[in-house]
Amino acid sequence: MGVIGRSVTKIDSYTKVTGAAKYADDLTLPRMAYGRILRSTHPHARITRLDVSRARAYPGVLDVITGADLPRLYGIMPTTQDERPFALDRVRHVGEPVAAVCAVDEETAEEALDLIEVDYEPLAAILSIEEALAHPENQLHEETARGNVMKEVHLEFGAMEEGFEAADLVREDSYFFEGTTHAPMEEHACVADCHADGKITLWTSTQTPHYVHREIAKVLDIPRSRLRIIVPPVGGGFGGKCEPFAHDFAACLFALRHGRPIKFTLSREEVFYCHRGRHPVKMILKTGVKSDGSITAVHLQTFLDGGAYASYGLATVYYTGALLTVTYKIPAYKFDGMRLYTNKPACGPKRGHGSTQPRYAFECQLDRIAEQLGLDPAEYRKRIAIEPYTETVNGLRVTSCGLKECVDKVVEASDWDARRGNMPAGRGLGVAISSYVTGAGKAIYWNDMPHSGVIVTIDRGGGVAALCGSSDIGQGSDTMLAQVVAEELGVDPLDIRVYTGDTDLTPVDLGSYSSRVTFMAGNAARDAARKLRALLFEAASVALAVPAERLEAADGWIYDASAAEARIAFAEAAQKAEAAHGTLSAVGSYTPPKLGGKFKGSGVGVSPAYSYTACVAEVAVDLETYDLKVERLWVAHDCGRALNPVLVEGQVEGSAYMGLGEAVFEEQVFRKGLHKIPSLLEYKLPTIYDTPEITAMTVETMDREGPYGAKEAGEGPLNPIIPAIANAVYDAIRARVDSTPITPDKIQRALREAERAGRQVGERQEAIAR
Amino acid sequence: MMRLPKFEYRAARAIEEALEWLGVYAPAVDKDPEARAMLMAGGTDVLPNMKHRIFTPKLVVGLRGVAALRGVSENPNGGLRIGAGVRLSEIAASPVIRERYQALAQAAESVSTPQLRQMGTIGGNLCLDTRCNYYNQSEFWRRAREFCLKKGSEICRVAPNGNGCYAVSSCDTAPVLIAFGATARVAARAGVREVPVASLYDDDGIHPVRLREGEVLTDITLPPLAGEWRSTYAKYRVRGAFDFPIASVAAAARFEGDICAEAHLTLQGVATAPLPLPEAEALLLGQRWTPDLLDAAADIAYREAHPMDNTSGTIALRKRVIRAYTRNALASLARQRGAGAA
Repeated sequence: MGVIGRSVTKIDSYTKVTGAAKYADDLTLPRMAYGRILRSTHPHARITRLDVSRARAYPGVLDVITGADLPRLYGIMPTTQDERPFALDRVRHVGEPVAAVCAVDEETAEEALDLIEVDYEPLAAILSIEEALAHPENQLHEETARGNVMKEVHLEFGAMEEGFEAADLVREDSYFFEGTTHAPMEEHACVADCHADGKITLWTSTQTPHYVHREIAKVLDIPRSRLRIIVPPVGGGFGGKCEPFAHDFAACLFALRHGRPIKFTLSREEVFYCHRGRHPVKMILKTGVKSDGSITAVHLQTFLDGGAYASYGLATVYYTGALLTVTYKIPAYKFDGMRLYTNKPACGPKRGHGSTQPRYAFECQLDRIAEQLGLDPAEYRKRIAIEPYTETVNGLRVTSCGLKECVDKVVEASDWDARRGNMPAGRGLGVAISSYVTGAGKAIYWNDMPHSGVIVTIDRGGGVAALCGSSDIGQGSDTMLAQVVAEELGVDPLDIRVYTGDTDLTPVDLGSYSSRVTFMAGNAARDAARKLRALLFEAASVALAVPAERLEAADGWIYDASAAEARIAFAEAAQKAEAAHGTLSAVGSYTPPKLGGKFKGSGVGVSPAYSYTACVAEVAVDLETYDLKVERLWVAHDCGRALNPVLVEGQVEGSAYMGLGEAVFEEQVFRKGLHKIPSLLEYKLPTIYDTPEITAMTVETMDREGPYGAKEAGEGPLNPIIPAIANAVYDAIRARVDSTPITPDKIQRALREAERAGRQVGERQEAIAR
Repeated sequence: MMRLPKFEYRAARAIEEALEWLGVYAPAVDKDPEARAMLMAGGTDVLPNMKHRIFTPKLVVGLRGVAALRGVSENPNGGLRIGAGVRLSEIAASPVIRERYQALAQAAESVSTPQLRQMGTIGGNLCLDTRCNYYNQSEFWRRAREFCLKKGSEICRVAPNGNGCYAVSSCDTAPVLIAFGATARVAARAGVREVPVASLYDDDGIHPVRLREGEVLTDITLPPLAGEWRSTYAKYRVRGAFDFPIASVAAAARFEGDICAEAHLTLQGVATAPLPLPEAEALLLGQRWTPDLLDAAADIAYREAHPMDNTSGTIALRKRVIRAYTRNALASLARQRGAGAA
């Protein structure tokens, strides 16, 4: 019996539920030192004096690291290297690392932080998109060509003018999506050690060991062969652990200098300052449609509040434009995007990277259009949905697509047709859809090498090991590898030992971002396992005197598919195969096909496959307090094929939960450059009482290129949640809130405005009647 | 991770022992505010505040080993005595409290999360420090912002032109106990005093709890409730758990037939101290509770509540909630009674 499509228990679940799993902060090494980081108290200032001598002299302090020790610039994107581990002469946000104290224990390190003397000369701080545009003279980075414009993008596809001219209805609306942060349960932590041979090992909580490997070696100016990154179990990432951070660099430098291990564990507040979360985005969206609702042209403008550094922002700004086209038939599309530097912690990738904000805007606007045209918003979306195996106007290749099936599922499950429009006052239903990449089609640094590699070995006892550079951040990618290898070799997935995220031992996988691991590492694992299976079948064929084409593998046996009694145990076949071919090990890899157009920026948005999701939300608004309660969420997701249905369901539910928080509660907000609420008490993540029943459904479209037909499930399901809730709020109160989060005060304001507008319409009608 | 500052910890086994240890540091208070002793019951407020360097006591006196602070027992007169060290989870689960002082069980059950209710005590809850978004932050944060009036500065960051500290009273059990007319017993080396819970609180965000240096809150006494009493606690917070109250209403009333014979109404989370509403109480007294009457009482609550912009939520939201929750809380009492109000 196969293991693909079965809800196999996560292979790391036993260690995690018993507390045995060793996260980065659980690691302890002999003679280990501890580090703490001094951070800027100013949003924007020049450092005029930095004196660490008193801290250095403090008993128990082993070293103090400052910007001068690590002056090289780095940045996750090769073309936007604008960051240093520690500020050199200028700080650009509150919480920016200024120095690290390494001491015999954490208390001593913390005490010594107070002895570091820093003089700041405050500079005018840029704290919003508007300020960044209005004050080009107050630059965050003098290297920037134009004021605080970190990146500007202008792309146009198809005949825009004709498109809008042909439209029967053109709508232009503005939306604002507030910034949010990832809030993984595990705060960032790392341990570094260095042996006498000068080789450094860094255990760090990261989603991208390969990229961390590259950047740290570069900044430390050491060959990559002298640095090893190991990813311990990771307590969540959601995009917030896709880059190296100051503590990673400082730990490695300390270990190198002193030949002694050191640990850094950030506090929750520090994680808020590391951020790299969802960009606040202002959006102006203009859409033209025919009277039947078909889209004739779309023009999207986005303004991203990027924070103080580039991070992944170059990709983010492109992503705000790239993925709007993959859900509906759009013949003409124009995109203008701009990311601005501001004196706040850098924004970066968060689940749904850059596509979440414009998807919210688009789905809300389509709801308005459907209403104006008198169309049912769910039916309308199906009518204009993109077809499978087509290409979008901006050159994205769409393969399998279960969008309409997803809409059907949520419509049916929510009893949409019967209930919508028949709800009591203050209650409403809303629908939205979305799509997301199944892995970025291009690496962060462009190259022709595989995006994922897997080694599978078999020992003489039939033991199977799978090695891959991927990083399991809780989503279950290790289990996915075990399932794929187990499927091909016919063994129990729980018997497979999976080793991942070790740059010395495992082949490169680009990391747990852009929902790429199942598709890419899954294909690589299948590639490797199939090579071994061929050798095993060859040996079994000889032993059983059965043609290899008739053999199958399952439950620890290789057997004749047409006469199952002719069989050989897996371990025995492995011994025979090793005797015939030598040590059993195979390498598999996956390289995405060449995709995308020939224009600058065509590398963002391309993906070997796209997932599709639909959501219906049910909400209740208290008409006195304007309190909003999300009562139900129905989510149907086209993941190609659910390799492990329970894990897919978990990803869909987790995405729905995260979307819910962004829709109604969460805001990464600042007062005079200082984060207002950097704690899990005041940054309002939903609790279980705020989380409605979520009905997670799967649509299987069997993608031709995905492993066993699989696509992604980790990010896409988040995107429709927020607009579905926003549209449900409209259905409940007949007034629009066009910014997130949808708070009670915004609902009250929207109702007042709607009332005023209604009164004006009424007065006009009366005047006309008179 | 956030580390605690260095301090001495002594676990008291008896109230006398705690009083003695408190006395060791009490005289030094005026000279050096850091050189003080603090009491700790469950530690759910003290320890986070110490990690934030809001409290930096030299000595922490632990009360968990003091047997005399435990237990819920019936007084001969029909009232109830609750030890200050009784956990909030015990209060919430106590059959006698659930039956007779329902609002107290509701309030205890609404505090934070199950883990913190299992550690936190009713005495600790009553002595909870007032809260403010400018105050309940790490030392780093407060330094980046400049310190506030409650901790280290001459200026309140919430109301720079105001004349005091506006930190918010945030304990859920106090308004309920005040509505019930409960009293608190306070022990000192000089002797024991009994005070109404209402008088434990000062309209001063900096020194919200009126316990003198060296005093220990030991017991809470709930008066006997003769006749047809009903009570409720309606708590508003942004999320369904974890959060402190930002607009709450405690209501207790006695009915004689359709007529209200006694009414107590106290707001919480909108001022530096629990806020009783005598005007609304007078309005409700001796009346049959009609919807119009409850609306009028809710309007008084709305008028009297003056939240500041220093918690989650907004001022406008909290005022709206106070009106709605006051009316709904009263209506639910009337309904429980079958007194005819909607």
